Amino acid sequence: MTNRRKNNVAQTFLSVSFCSLSLWERAGERASSVAQTFLSVTANSLSLWERVVSFFYHTRWERPVSFFSLSLWEKRAVSFFSLSLWERAGERVCAVAERAPHNLRLRLLSLLPALLILFTAVRLPAQVSFAPVVDEVQPQIVKIYGAGGLAGLEAYQSGFLISAEGHILTAWSHVLDATSATVHLHDGRRYEAELVGADPRVDVAVLKIDAENLPYFDLNVAPEATEGTRVLAFCNLFGIATGDEPASVLHGRIAITTPLAARSGAYPTLYRGPVYILDAMTNNPGAAGGALTDTSGRLLGMLGKEVQSTLTGTWLNYALPADRIRPAVHALLSGESADPLPEDRPRAEQAITLADLGLILVPDVLTRTPPFIDAVRPDSPAAVAGLAPDDLVVFLEERLVPSCQMLREELQFIAADQPVSLTVMRGDELVQVTLQVQQD
Amino acid sequence: MKPIALMLSHLLILTAPAWAAAPPEVVLQAEAERVEVIAKARAAAVCVFAREGQGGGSGVVISPDGYALSNFHVTKPAGNAIRCGMLDGRVYDAVIVSVDPTGDVALIKLFGRDDFPHAELADSDTVRVGDWAFAVGNPFLLANDLAPTVTYGIVSGVHRYQYPAGTILEYTDCIQTDAAINPGNSGGPLFNAQGQLIGINGRASFEKRGRVNVGVGYAISINQIKNFLGYLKSGRIVDHASLGATVRTDFDGRVVVDQILDDSDAYRRGMRRGDEIVRFAGRSITTVNSFKNVLGILPQGWRVPLTYRRDGQSHDCLVRLAALHHEGELAEAVRSGPTPSPDEGPDEQPEGPQQPLPLPTEPAPSAEMPEIVAQHFEARAGYTNYFFNQSNRQRVWDAFTARGDFSGLTTGWMLTGETPTGEMFTVELADEEGAIRLPEGESLARFDDVLSAATKPGGSGGLLAALHLWRRLLLVGPAEYGEVYYLGTAPLPGRAELVDVLVGNHAGIETTFYFDPSLGDLVAVEMFGQYGADPCEIYFDDIREIEGRHFPHRLEVRHGDIVYAVLEVKEVAFERPVEN
Repeated sequence: MTNRRKNNVAQTFLSVSFCSLSLWERAGERASSVAQTFLSVTANSLSLWERVVSFFYHTRWERPVSFFSLSLWEKRAVSFFSLSLWERAGERVCAVAERAPHNLRLRLLSLLPALLILFTAVRLPAQVSFAPVVDEVQPQIVKIYGAGGLAGLEAYQSGFLISAEGHILTAWSHVLDATSATVHLHDGRRYEAELVGADPRVDVAVLKIDAENLPYFDLNVAPEATEGTRVLAFCNLFGIATGDEPASVLHGRIAITTPLAARSGAYPTLYRGPVYILDAMTNNPGAAGGALTDTSGRLLGMLGKEVQSTLTGTWLNYALPADRIRPAVHALLSGESADPLPEDRPRAEQAITLADLGLILVPDVLTRTPPFIDAVRPDSPAAVAGLAPDDLVVFLEERLVPSCQMLREELQFIAADQPVSLTVMRGDELVQVTLQVQQD
Repeated sequence: MKPIALMLSHLLILTAPAWAAAPPEVVLQAEAERVEVIAKARAAAVCVFAREGQGGGSGVVISPDGYALSNFHVTKPAGNAIRCGMLDGRVYDAVIVSVDPTGDVALIKLFGRDDFPHAELADSDTVRVGDWAFAVGNPFLLANDLAPTVTYGIVSGVHRYQYPAGTILEYTDCIQTDAAINPGNSGGPLFNAQGQLIGINGRASFEKRGRVNVGVGYAISINQIKNFLGYLKSGRIVDHASLGATVRTDFDGRVVVDQILDDSDAYRRGMRRGDEIVRFAGRSITTVNSFKNVLGILPQGWRVPLTYRRDGQSHDCLVRLAALHHEGELAEAVRSGPTPSPDEGPDEQPEGPQQPLPLPTEPAPSAEMPEIVAQHFEARAGYTNYFFNQSNRQRVWDAFTARGDFSGLTTGWMLTGETPTGEMFTVELADEEGAIRLPEGESLARFDDVLSAATKPGGSGGLLAALHLWRRLLLVGPAEYGEVYYLGTAPLPGRAELVDVLVGNHAGIETTFYFDPSLGDLVAVEMFGQYGADPCEIYFDDIREIEGRHFPHRLEVRHGDIVYAVLEVKEVAFERPVEN
């Protein structure tokens, strides 16, 4: 048996015993205790490769698992396994009993009726509808209406609840570029939402509605998914659903997890970290901010905005993995970026300018042109600090500067003789530099 | 629990090697089931081709004698004679039967077999978001070998309302799927995982990528089509319903009547502007879209339950739905209609997000009709194919006359009996005149002017005229009665199943005749004596045989919201004409 094969066997074993456990004890036992159980079992059962298997078990399982959290491959294996056992239960148990120690044999036989019930329950019908999962997830999905409706920009997008108190995670987009956004829950209840904050680095925004006891996705327990994981995408693409009509649901699989290399219009996207590329058609108006879940309804990520591959120009169907969004959301929720600025903060008498720093930004042609550096004047503070064309300015001091205009405005609060701290995104990296204008 | 888990784990370990190398049997089994379901469903699918030139779409056979559903926008350019390819590799001739331009449905009939593979109709109200679904059809007209394409997906939304896309064509209460629906899939079936027909694909949302699927297709629900199926067999251009009122959402989120026509049935039932609509046709109304979804799947002329609320008080009633369009509007739609101009190619950006899915087509040149099609086609103004209207009218009449032949009983009829309170009544009907004596009084009418008889007795809505027209139909039959056409099937108060409906016009009075579809009995008559007023309704019951004819022995007469009279017939006398 090759190592790879052993690994497969181990995984499947693992899933099988977890499956049985979860069916008996649905509440979800800690995996470690199961692993211990397993180890104690294998200690008795003597065969060498079973010990190998147990090793794999032991190393892998660290978190609560249910049948529904298993990968498709594992589910198939479980199903097949349970089917074959169901069909050959008697024969198999007898064979096992012959090999097992005497006391074990008795205990196994006494288990037979329970086994039959178990395997009946586990056997998957040929076509499992996602309807129960969909029903469970829909109350966590919201429809968002805001700015837009002009020049082919839709005035709607999707989002989902991430707290019982009405925090909503969505995509940072033009739709939120209004004084307030309207949020429709799945049952038609509507709220005016306030913007808690946004992080353009990962293209997310958090809204808050005034409500309580809402069902929500716990961003902290979002599992990681791999290529081939079957997924459901919940979003209000094309604005099809209105009022109390639930969002649309698409199905598909994660094709690959890969760094995002895409552009939105003429500009590269800010976020260039890993994304789940999907074979579900989520690249549609209004889909951004929707939830990507696995087939048991657990959040995997957030559907991204409409972007095109920089390489091929293809419209990409993708989602930002939950673990990539999580830090930004935590930061937003804890108020880091949401510090209200004092209304009357003093402008510098002689404020610093981009020219002083030696920075030339891209032409400011949009309402919110991303502050990409177009050129750096030689020997300027910017050049000394190592800034280069195509760097994207993300933070000025600790302030987020999502646009050229914002950057220019924020500079007005900094005196010309002060050092300036800039955080720029260069490729996938954030680089922090300090610029000091030399005084004559 | 622990020991059990332990034992299980142990058992599972020991049995592992058996499957480690084997293919997963349950997967193979599921696959085999799916292959079988698809093979069966696929056999019922139809590739629709225009007789001449390019263009076409899809369809699905729904009965062994070859009735098939498609989209109006698919059959329209194909003309009256259509060629249909099926999985068996044969091309069948088909004729247009009826079209529903508003709902974008067409019924056609294929010829050449009496054992067509056909789809089983599901109950599309049981379809749930997340259910597997698959579409079968002829996307991009790929099926050169007549073998349709299968695309698999899930149901993405149910009870979707899609606004008309610049035409009268409206998709209400439809099913949204992420199974790929592309140009050419139009008219083709959407099946559930069991291979039952849940809808007819006809539309998709397109955007920046051009006219190719982007994960959003729409199917007309099969339950809507079931409502219309009787109408669709009538050979007419069928119309959708109007309540005669518009609705809006008020500040509290209630759906309230915005405007109401004072000649609408809803108005006569007491509904007024500002009333909240609570239930309609058996479904709760929570939004304007849900109201449109319910209304949009109902045919013109149906009577459905409505609950409205005013000042906290609920009112239940039955409302008769008017036609959504003027006759001329529909005829125009059938002539010009929503069919795209030939230059609307797949690469063009569509003007709206939701688009019907025809392929670029040339108007069908007047091709010579195959003989079998010509035998089943009769052109007539206001009809798509009058042949089917005639044959259905004949079917209904044959079933009725099998229960009793009243032709020749041209002298006076006399019915005597009791009202539920035990009082006597008599009804006398002759060609020229009639009389009715009820406990409330006596009423006489001459039928040379039926319109004036249509008010007597007062408060009945014209019982004498209604009885006269009923007798007239029984005596002379639909061919001689005046203009009589087959409307289709409609609900009737107190009956679970839909009944066959003939509509007759005589002396300027429209009368509707309802027939039990299984027995053939005439079970109700509605006579519309005055425009904009409630009809006189007679419900025939206790139908028993006398002198070799089935005859009703209980007549319930209703007008508006009241039961005018209940007549229990004890004695019937047909005075036989003198034989020459």
